[in-house]
Amino acid sequence: MTENHKREATAASGELPNRRAILKTGAGLSAFVGGVSVPSLSMAQAATGLPLAVPEWMKEQGRPILSPPYGVPSPFEKDVVRRQRETRVTDTAATSFSPLQNSFGIITPNGLCFERHHAGVPNIDPDRHRLLVHGLVERPLVFTMDELMRFPSVSRIAFLECSGNTPNWKSVSADFGVQQTHGLLMCCEWTGVLLSTLLDEVGVAAQAKWVLAEGADAAAMTRSVPIAKALDDAIIVYGQNGERLRAEQGYPLRLFLPGYEGNMNIKWLRRLKLGDQPFETREETSKYTDLMPGGKARQFTFVMEAKSVITRPSGGQRMRGGPGFYEISGLAWSGRGRIDRVEVSTDGGQSWHEAELQEPILSKAVVRFRAPWRWDGKAALLQSRAIDETGYVQPRHDELVDVRGVNSFYHYNAIQTWRVDSDGRVAIHVA
Amino acid sequence: MWRSSRFFVVLIAFLFNTVTIAHAAERLGIGHAVSPQDFAAWDIDVRADGAGLPEGRGSVAEGREIFARVCAACHGEKGEGKAVPGAVGGFDRLVGGAGTLDKASPTLTVGSYWPYATTLFDYVRRAMPFSAPQSLSNDQVYAVSAYVLYMNNILPEDGVLDAKNLPQVKMPNQDGFITQDPRPDVKSKD
Ligand code: HEC
Repeated sequence: MTENHKREATAASGELPNRRAILKTGAGLSAFVGGVSVPSLSMAQAATGLPLAVPEWMKEQGRPILSPPYGVPSPFEKDVVRRQRETRVTDTAATSFSPLQNSFGIITPNGLCFERHHAGVPNIDPDRHRLLVHGLVERPLVFTMDELMRFPSVSRIAFLECSGNTPNWKSVSADFGVQQTHGLLMCCEWTGVLLSTLLDEVGVAAQAKWVLAEGADAAAMTRSVPIAKALDDAIIVYGQNGERLRAEQGYPLRLFLPGYEGNMNIKWLRRLKLGDQPFETREETSKYTDLMPGGKARQFTFVMEAKSVITRPSGGQRMRGGPGFYEISGLAWSGRGRIDRVEVSTDGGQSWHEAELQEPILSKAVVRFRAPWRWDGKAALLQSRAIDETGYVQPRHDELVDVRGVNSFYHYNAIQTWRVDSDGRVAIHVA
Repeated sequence: MWRSSRFFVVLIAFLFNTVTIAHAAERLGIGHAVSPQDFAAWDIDVRADGAGLPEGRGSVAEGREIFARVCAACHGEKGEGKAVPGAVGGFDRLVGGAGTLDKASPTLTVGSYWPYATTLFDYVRRAMPFSAPQSLSNDQVYAVSAYVLYMNNILPEDGVLDAKNLPQVKMPNQDGFITQDPRPDVKSKD
């Protein structure tokens, strides 16, 4: 493939005018789009290389089947990868970010799910893995993977977000794109056994109030989970997007707590211990607590509140086609349930327009929103805000910081602003 | 779905008084019974009330030697943490920060922030030293915990820790946590 072809492949990845989107535009949105005229195609045509030639890949057989047996993305997509934000002192207690700027729909492909490990990724032989359930139970039991997979199963599409996602409390880095600001987010179909099913099997004692979940990694990661959550919608997961969990996501077994902060979804799960009080682990005292103005800290702040972000156009991208039609596209989610509405602004929040929500709109899953936009070539400030089924409205930065100060580190969910410059560059905006 | 269909099965079994079929309180019979001896090596958690603390003891003096040999390379000779050129963050500081929690740039350490001393034992036993987790004996974990508390002026120089007195150590920030989640706490003006 020539350099030219590669450039074309990237140019085609989203910013061509989309007539169907214009036609599908609801009446309420037409004012937002402006007058619907045929968009200028000059830039796009220039990139296609007229007259159209028959390319070499039509003149020979392509690759045979099974090359490779486990499919991988096209080589042209080699830049769509997880990235580290900055070098840390170790690369096992570390984080990598999902490329949300390249995402479509709501499902995060398994190879692009963000990573947050505290002691690296263990290489676990599933035949030697065991889950122990004990403590305040009628009969402590140990399960093999085969046994766990004999239980009645459930599947659910749900998001998982690290509570440290979006570090905008004190300042923003000018070169951060949506991968760096919001890339600690994934949404997958998770398959496993309801934790309540397993707890029926061991018999929960009446005094049990908390469940300690422990991982089989070198951090032996532990968090305490309220029994109400354990009996509600917690899942012991072995499947992710139609295949076994990826090692980075806890293979062969993880805890999944829909809507709760990422760290609690213990990976490489080996042990559940029921107790009558929280276990006060390092990850629920020293870390994953929110320091408030005045010096007190909030503990056990589990739910991820409603949040949204525009993924395209977003920081680091360019309005390649020049002035004209673009679709604003992004993700919204709430740990409290369904997203009710997403609104989009192109003038920094002075006026808001309701975005279209793409089905399916699922509880505690990300939803894809989109809004048609005719860019006039002038500077613009793009924002989105989510409203969930409880009526909660995603706050502005100043509203959030007024209450929480700037030292709480976790659970930042304020509105994100991307600045579009008149030269077509898109970058993070400092309010 | 499963719950309701299971209820249905129970109902049918009840109505027709036929075979005994699994019901809500009955087991599917999957898994193996275990006794505490079977999982002693895994049962390593320690709670704030001291539940789970093993036998053993360790002194500040013993801890000083272990810390210098095993921990200081990353956390610094005096637990002051360590910066690494070219890397963000550095290795965690374990000492200091008293009185900074309400300041513009607070320093969160075992001494200034952690509410329970038992958490230190639990964490070091399961996760430290980073390069060789679960390699220290219980006595060594008591000792090195004692030394970290000593460096934070929480234990005296002749201090000794064991299962009895560790839960009694009062941490400076023990009352620093709000345990009821007050959210939603931010109201956006629509
Ligand atoms: C190879 C480097 C290394 C060595 C040696 C090491 N640590 Fe650590 N320590 C770390 C890293 C990295 C973390 C953070 C891990 C994380 O965040 O998941 C850490 C975290 C800690 C913390 C938690 C700090 C906080 O505020 O949450 C404590 C306490 C600690 N170490 C104690 C010790 C003790 C005691 C020893 C010696 C027995 C030791 N460490 C040896 C690298 C090291």
